[in-house]
Amino acid sequence: MPSYTAHPARTALAAGASAAVLVLLTGCAPTPEPGTLTVLNSATDTAEHTRNQKFFDRCARQYGLRVEQLSVPADQVSSKALRMASSKSLPDILELDGSELPQFAETGGLRTLEDLGVRTDGFSRSAVSLGSYDGTRYGIARSANSLALYYNPDLLKKAGVRPPRTWDELRATARKLTRASTYGFAFSATPNADGVYQFLPFFWSGGGDEARLDDGKGAGALRLWKRMVDDGTVSKAVVNWNQQDVNDQFLAGRAAMMVNGPWQVPVLEGQKKVDWAVAPLPVPRAGDTAVAPIGGTVMTVPKSDDRGREKDAAKVLGCLNTSANQLDWGEASNNVPTRTAAARRYAEQNPRLAAFAELVGTARSRTGKVGTGWPEVGEALAGAFQSVLTGGSSPENALRRAQRQATAGE
Amino acid sequence: MSTAAPATARTSSPAPRPKGAARRGSRRTTLLRWAFVAPALLYMAAFFGYPLVRNVLMSFQHYTPKTYFTGEAPFNGLDNWRAVFGDPLFTDALWHTALFTLGSLAGQFTIGLALAVFFSRRFRLSALVRAVLLLPWLVPMVVAAVVWRRILDQEHGVLNAALKTLGLTDGGVPWLSSPSVALTAAVLVNIWIGIPFNMVILYGGLQEIPRDLYEAAALDGASPWRAFRSITLPMLRPVITVVLVLGFMSTVKILDLILALTSGGPADSTQTLGTVTYQLSFLRLDFGQGAVVGNVLILISAVFAVLYLRASRADFEGRK
Repeated sequence: MPSYTAHPARTALAAGASAAVLVLLTGCAPTPEPGTLTVLNSATDTAEHTRNQKFFDRCARQYGLRVEQLSVPADQVSSKALRMASSKSLPDILELDGSELPQFAETGGLRTLEDLGVRTDGFSRSAVSLGSYDGTRYGIARSANSLALYYNPDLLKKAGVRPPRTWDELRATARKLTRASTYGFAFSATPNADGVYQFLPFFWSGGGDEARLDDGKGAGALRLWKRMVDDGTVSKAVVNWNQQDVNDQFLAGRAAMMVNGPWQVPVLEGQKKVDWAVAPLPVPRAGDTAVAPIGGTVMTVPKSDDRGREKDAAKVLGCLNTSANQLDWGEASNNVPTRTAAARRYAEQNPRLAAFAELVGTARSRTGKVGTGWPEVGEALAGAFQSVLTGGSSPENALRRAQRQATAGE
Repeated sequence: MSTAAPATARTSSPAPRPKGAARRGSRRTTLLRWAFVAPALLYMAAFFGYPLVRNVLMSFQHYTPKTYFTGEAPFNGLDNWRAVFGDPLFTDALWHTALFTLGSLAGQFTIGLALAVFFSRRFRLSALVRAVLLLPWLVPMVVAAVVWRRILDQEHGVLNAALKTLGLTDGGVPWLSSPSVALTAAVLVNIWIGIPFNMVILYGGLQEIPRDLYEAAALDGASPWRAFRSITLPMLRPVITVVLVLGFMSTVKILDLILALTSGGPADSTQTLGTVTYQLSFLRLDFGQGAVVGNVLILISAVFAVLYLRASRADFEGRK
């Protein structure tokens, strides 16, 4: 056997190496660089990332600051932010989806806009509610989106119909538009955020209440969706189409009308094959107001030990939200500015998207009423429309079950 | 304390110590052995032990976004377990997971084995065809799911178009849009994904079987089927166990394929334990309840891991 003289040294080496690995793994919160603000957002797309950087640079420069973006896919922002919170390395600006704000606000880890001195006077009420939790403002949205009715003017003209304004007209128009390879209408009914977002304008416009799903008023929307699938004017496959798929169907000429958001505009503008126009979503009866959901991200400032950095972040937020910058950003991102006046200007400059500009001012926040309970409510709603569309239950039964499901945890 | 420690050390050491140097040497040997094992132990403790214990603890805690900010996660007894087990969706998901796993393994294994046997009789271009068959393995799961979503589309999908041409269906099978078919569709896609893995490992196993056994069997007048049953299967047993257990472990926790293919729909018909734990932890941000489902998954895998260890030990001893 070889000599053992080297043991202690080797043992120490092994132990030391192991310890080093553990240290590396546990404590690695980076010390923030002075003068550089960090942002966590979902701008993973190169064009979007660059566009964001341009606006951040524009605002940071005037205060002698720099901004560094950290972008992760949209559905990973909240879990990434939570991990950062546990290692005390949250960014100076955290950009969350509006529907995720309550869960973060509830933790007490976000600075209120009041504290930061960030004002939202002149913002639409829906935009303010998108960034609020329990009546307190935590996040600021510089732009927002909603849903409207896209239609193919050529196909409508050929069928001799105009964009429908009521649910009855929607059904009738869709019937007239349906041809062998073209459905009259398309929407997304996937059991995730996409489908729920698209169901809401129907559910809300029909009088549905997300806090009391089984009050009977939400059943009308389910009935409409189901009837249109039964009519054969909407594909049965909508239960499996996300909003992107719906747009693809529209672009392939397989749907004459669709529900979708302004983020599809670059794709629609990038092709010449299919003409398109936007109208407000139909309402149950003539004269009813359409209640659409407001979507988009809000920028928040997590609490830190460094009030100076928080103030810097607040300054950048203020600058990003001047009328001029909101308007520029809206143009660049195809979203509607959240300042009422800027939104009006936006509608004038983009007559094609005026329907969105109008909607965003009155649209409703998903979390305004149920707050942190939204994920459960959304899941329950998805369960309801999926089971109705696939013939598993009646609208009334589906909503009764949805209400039980949404309140199971309480 | 400081005085007690050396005292115990002294009394605990055996009194007679005729060869002090040798004893010191053997103690050093023990120490050395431990030193060699230590990195592995530390690694296991840090990367397997800690997360496991943490996950079990988490399932008894009210673990929410707030926890990440404050570090406080109050214990709430069996609340999480009760909530998860009381949810009909969990029972459904458990059932779907079982069907999905069994269906996938049966399909992957049968087809994989058939292909392995087929390719083990060498013929021209067999190496090339075998390489082509490996392609599904190289395709990322999410990409495969997106492609299959198109193939399985009820109206414009290639599969239904083919079935229609063959006169097997009129309106097209609602592969992903009917709750009664979607799980089957997901199983079919997963079988396609799993075939290469099964084929490669089983093919490797087949190469190990001595050719002369088959020659002897042929001389004895055994039919190919008889040879397959009496030579191939028994000789392949250890490899079969490995393939099935590894396949089981990767299938039972399926998440990415389902999310990209159906998001658990339609009407929850493809919800599995993987999607439920994802939904609880990352959409509802209720990490405690998510951990409960995670633990159930770990438990199921653990049971099969033990079965596997037993089986492989039996094989090993059988060979000796």
